[in-house]
Amino acid sequence: MHFDLVINALPFLFKGFGLTLLVSVMGTVVGTVIGVAICALRWTSIPALSRLAALYISYFRGVPLLVQLLVFYNFLPYAGIDLSPIAAAICALGMVGGAYMAELLRGALAAIPKGQVEAGVALGFSPISIGRRLLLPQMLRLATPAMTNELILLVKASSLVSVVGLAEVTRVSQTFAASTLRPMEFYLAAGAFYLVTNLFLAYCGARLERKMARR
Amino acid sequence: MDMNTLLSYLPALGRGLWITLVCWLVASVGGVALGLVIALVQRSAAAPLRLLIKFYIEAMRCTPLIVLLFIVYDGGPAVGVLLDPIPAGIVVLIIHGSAYFAEIFRGGFQAVPAGQIEAANSLGMPPLAIVRRVLMPGALTAAMPSLINMVINVCKETALLSIITVGDLTFAVQNMAVETFAAFESLLALALGYWLLIEIFSRLGQRAERRINRHLRLRGATGKGGL
Repeated sequence: MHFDLVINALPFLFKGFGLTLLVSVMGTVVGTVIGVAICALRWTSIPALSRLAALYISYFRGVPLLVQLLVFYNFLPYAGIDLSPIAAAICALGMVGGAYMAELLRGALAAIPKGQVEAGVALGFSPISIGRRLLLPQMLRLATPAMTNELILLVKASSLVSVVGLAEVTRVSQTFAASTLRPMEFYLAAGAFYLVTNLFLAYCGARLERKMARR
Repeated sequence: MDMNTLLSYLPALGRGLWITLVCWLVASVGGVALGLVIALVQRSAAAPLRLLIKFYIEAMRCTPLIVLLFIVYDGGPAVGVLLDPIPAGIVVLIIHGSAYFAEIFRGGFQAVPAGQIEAANSLGMPPLAIVRRVLMPGALTAAMPSLINMVINVCKETALLSIITVGDLTFAVQNMAVETFAAFESLLALALGYWLLIEIFSRLGQRAERRINRHLRLRGATGKGGL
């Protein structure tokens, strides 16, 4: 094992790692927004919209992420949309993450007592303000543990973006593995980046959960 | 793309689908078996071994599958592990999946009341019989939705094997996409194909789950796996 090569390449690996973090955090943010929107559509009493949201969730959960990325990246030029690789990666991860997020939020929604909504209606709140001021804050809180889990999954999923060419940490390791002919060292290094990040996120998630349980 | 071109690709696509299904089946069975062994050892082993297993599970759950594939397939030869793409892919799917399966089994074990195990113990049942006749039936009932969910997830994960040149469905369609210059159409068809496959198996899983747990009259909880 020649880890000195990895140490020499560390600046590049860290640059790639920064991109990994950027893409997965932004993907989670976009995913949460999409998830809230899809969950809201699913909750409406308009059958067409509700069915559309169900279809969205079903598609994005039913197709392997790699295939979705390939479809998305080939769709952009096909439709004449010009996105930077980073923006495209964030969009793709956000759209997929949104489907899972919508399911999480639906689970959280089911945990809120029906009486609260009825009370809101009885007090004359509009449906939108019931959603925004009564349900959403509680849903986000209830779903926080599951959402940190989702962030970990998205950090892992962001490694697939390397396949479509974004120079995040997996891709950088791949380049170095090929040019130095030391694949084992560089892929172990890439694995270590993910391991440390995700263990840290899991630790934060567990602390957050404990803190919320105490309240 | 005209009909004749599509027809000429059918055998290749069929082969790809076959490889996907075989990899899925072998990796699922292997992952469940290894996961069960890990969970059982974790239950009864001494503290240091338990800690080691916990680290293994966390490490597998925190590392992306694609990195594990690269470590084994590209990095393996450097340490004397030379595997063909399909065995390498299946081995990685099994070790990655076994961590998730072990966690699912652990959750299932926790759902079995301690009193049942104590009762079996005090009745003089041997440990293996306790596992087989008291622990497993209760644990399997509790863990079934998550188990089916994870098995479906493994199906989605097999798509990644195309990256290390396993000729699965994704690989076959990517070939077709390059050769016919109809990249978007081919890949969209591939996505729809997977969607159909996963939808079918997710429905079948829900039925199986309802059948296994029919004495509990639960609503189906099987989904389509995770990211």
